[in-house]
Amino acid sequence: MSRTVSLFVPCFIDQLLPEIAVDTVTVLRRIGYEVDFPEDQTCCGQPAFNTGYWNEARPCAEHFIRVFRNAEVIVCPSGSCTTMVRKFYPELLANSPLLKEAKAIAARTFEFSEFLVKVAERTDVGAYFPHTVTYHASCHGLRELGLRDEPRQLLAKVDSLRLIEIARFDECCGFGGTFAAKFADISAAMGNSKAENIAATAAEFVTAIDPSCLLHVQGILGKRKATARAIHLAGILAQEKP
Amino acid sequence: MSSAAAQFLRDAAEKSADLAHREIIRRGMESYDTAHLKGRARIKDWEAAREKCQQIKRQAINHLDRYLVQFEQQVIARGGHVFWAEDSEQACSYVKNLATQRGVKTVVKSKSMVTEEIHLGPVLEKAGIKVWETDFGEFIVQLRGEAPYHIVTPCMHLKRDQIANLFREKLDKNIESDDPAYLMTVARRILRQAFFSAEMGISGANFLVADAGVVAINTNEGNGRLCTSIPRIHVVVTGIEKVLPRLEDLAVFWPVLATSGTGQGITTYSTLIGGPRRPGEADGPEEFHVVLVDNGRSRLLANPEQREVLHCIRCGACLNICPVFRHIGGHTYGTTYPGPIGSVLTPHLAGLAEFKHLSYASSLCGACSSVCPVKINLHHHLLQNRRDATEAGATKSSERFVFSMWRRAMLHPRIYAFGGWSMRKGLRLLYGLGLAGSALDPMQVWNRHRSPVPLPSKSFRARWRNGFNTNGKAN
Ligand code: SF4
Repeated sequence: MSRTVSLFVPCFIDQLLPEIAVDTVTVLRRIGYEVDFPEDQTCCGQPAFNTGYWNEARPCAEHFIRVFRNAEVIVCPSGSCTTMVRKFYPELLANSPLLKEAKAIAARTFEFSEFLVKVAERTDVGAYFPHTVTYHASCHGLRELGLRDEPRQLLAKVDSLRLIEIARFDECCGFGGTFAAKFADISAAMGNSKAENIAATAAEFVTAIDPSCLLHVQGILGKRKATARAIHLAGILAQEKP
Repeated sequence: MSSAAAQFLRDAAEKSADLAHREIIRRGMESYDTAHLKGRARIKDWEAAREKCQQIKRQAINHLDRYLVQFEQQVIARGGHVFWAEDSEQACSYVKNLATQRGVKTVVKSKSMVTEEIHLGPVLEKAGIKVWETDFGEFIVQLRGEAPYHIVTPCMHLKRDQIANLFREKLDKNIESDDPAYLMTVARRILRQAFFSAEMGISGANFLVADAGVVAINTNEGNGRLCTSIPRIHVVVTGIEKVLPRLEDLAVFWPVLATSGTGQGITTYSTLIGGPRRPGEADGPEEFHVVLVDNGRSRLLANPEQREVLHCIRCGACLNICPVFRHIGGHTYGTTYPGPIGSVLTPHLAGLAEFKHLSYASSLCGACSSVCPVKINLHHHLLQNRRDATEAGATKSSERFVFSMWRRAMLHPRIYAFGGWSMRKGLRLLYGLGLAGSALDPMQVWNRHRSPVPLPSKSFRARWRNGFNTNGKAN
């Protein structure tokens, strides 16, 4: 199969957390892939879709399909944006002329850890991270994409990393897109429960495959002046032994 | 914003900050979690059981008309009565008129969420009839003048000393301890008298079995059996969706309901009732009535996308796993059915305008759907409710404006990139002036509870263009 992958960098990674995309590219290149970044890409449409604005999300999804229609494999360092493309495009575009293409693209879009383990068949990517880490299972990656073991398999192969299990590892961090603004108090209470569970592990880092969770968790940790920091899985895998 | 929505926001803020309350819920839920996991382990293939239940319920709901009639015919043949109530008013009037015509002074009730939904208790009380809730938890919330906190465990928000104080205040000032067994004995003594003086017993139904024409009732305290066998009249009040096609379906539904509800293998009392006392039988009611309540359900039935919401067997599992429920508790919802199923159902039963906010009060984490024993895709229905609210024009015009601008930007990569750049630049300026979290900060709500988001000077696409695309180095 081809050794080129097309990178989908969700809008808020592009704008707020570009390091995650840089790290993703670093890892993909290290294991021998060429990376292509179609520059006309914007957003998968999830913010509008999840808020109920399907008529606004639809043209955005169609734009995505036009941008990526020639990509053989699409890799995305976000579980929820991958879910949008994989699971919700077919429903959103049920009456669109692009439905057939949407289904085809859904089948060749992969979340980053999923791509590494299932497509590239690599769990050891030569990473080195001499720290204690706890793993938070992001909702969409876990329950929509069924990625239960893949991130753990990758973490297990990181040199010098020690994984500490967190209580309620699969409970939502409270982000939920516009939920974080519309119901800020509930969202923050959920985030603080997560932060307490993180603190109880005494790990230096909390990792996940979804940047949106990490953005929220880091915001909560920062407000609490906690010592633990949020880091995307790609951020760990990109580190090498000096 | 509807008044229910405003109230919800206030209560949610208060409850999510009430750590003592959260601690009570956490404890209750943790003991449930343990029991539930253990219970599930007893079932050889839990996923297969869920699939079976989903399949049976789908069949039942898709042919509801046929099964309900099949059920009705047999109840009538045994001398029972069946009343089809279109809404709560019809249902309540039927029961109230029956009670007054028969000279009923006292009613004993076993646990039933449908009677809560239609507010039957207050209607009877207004007609001068004394109503006793006989489920221990319901008995307690009735004394407090509250709605049930949870559909399976109505008083999970109370500690035992609160219950002892309540008993002291309302029942007997000499209550001497808060030992649960003792408190239960106190309640039981009082309720025994009620059972023997009541002329009418009202129960819900866990299932209506079509082929056998019987009502299945599951309880853990035995109060259900007393309510349905001692008083002269037994009235079952139930939603039309409770149907199962065959008696043998209980073989999977009974253990699955008990496992999801409390982690039990099967509830302590599982009762089947098909009609009034027959000639020669020693006990049982002289009259048997079933009130089949629609109250908005057939609207859901007519909606192929959301019809499966009627599969619900009211086990409470989705409430228990829900992180939102765990942080705000049951009363905050302000609905008969709290938690994920309530947020999905209430806009359909009680009105989209008043209750659509509940569809947004979820992070869409999907934990509910992953535990639901009949595999209702709960969080996806919340999303569909949101879509319907938008399409009905029920959302704020400011929000509609934001999303129409957003759409324009997302279709034009240059506008998008420029928009992102100016947003970061603007926020950096603002924060540089120390205005993070101020009224001028568009991220004010975010910053109230969280530290500001990172605002890098370059987006990924800018870095890509600056050479990361070819030389492999980020800059
Ligand atoms: S929706 Fe499912 S999990 Fe929730 S109460 Fe109903 S049956 Fe139980």
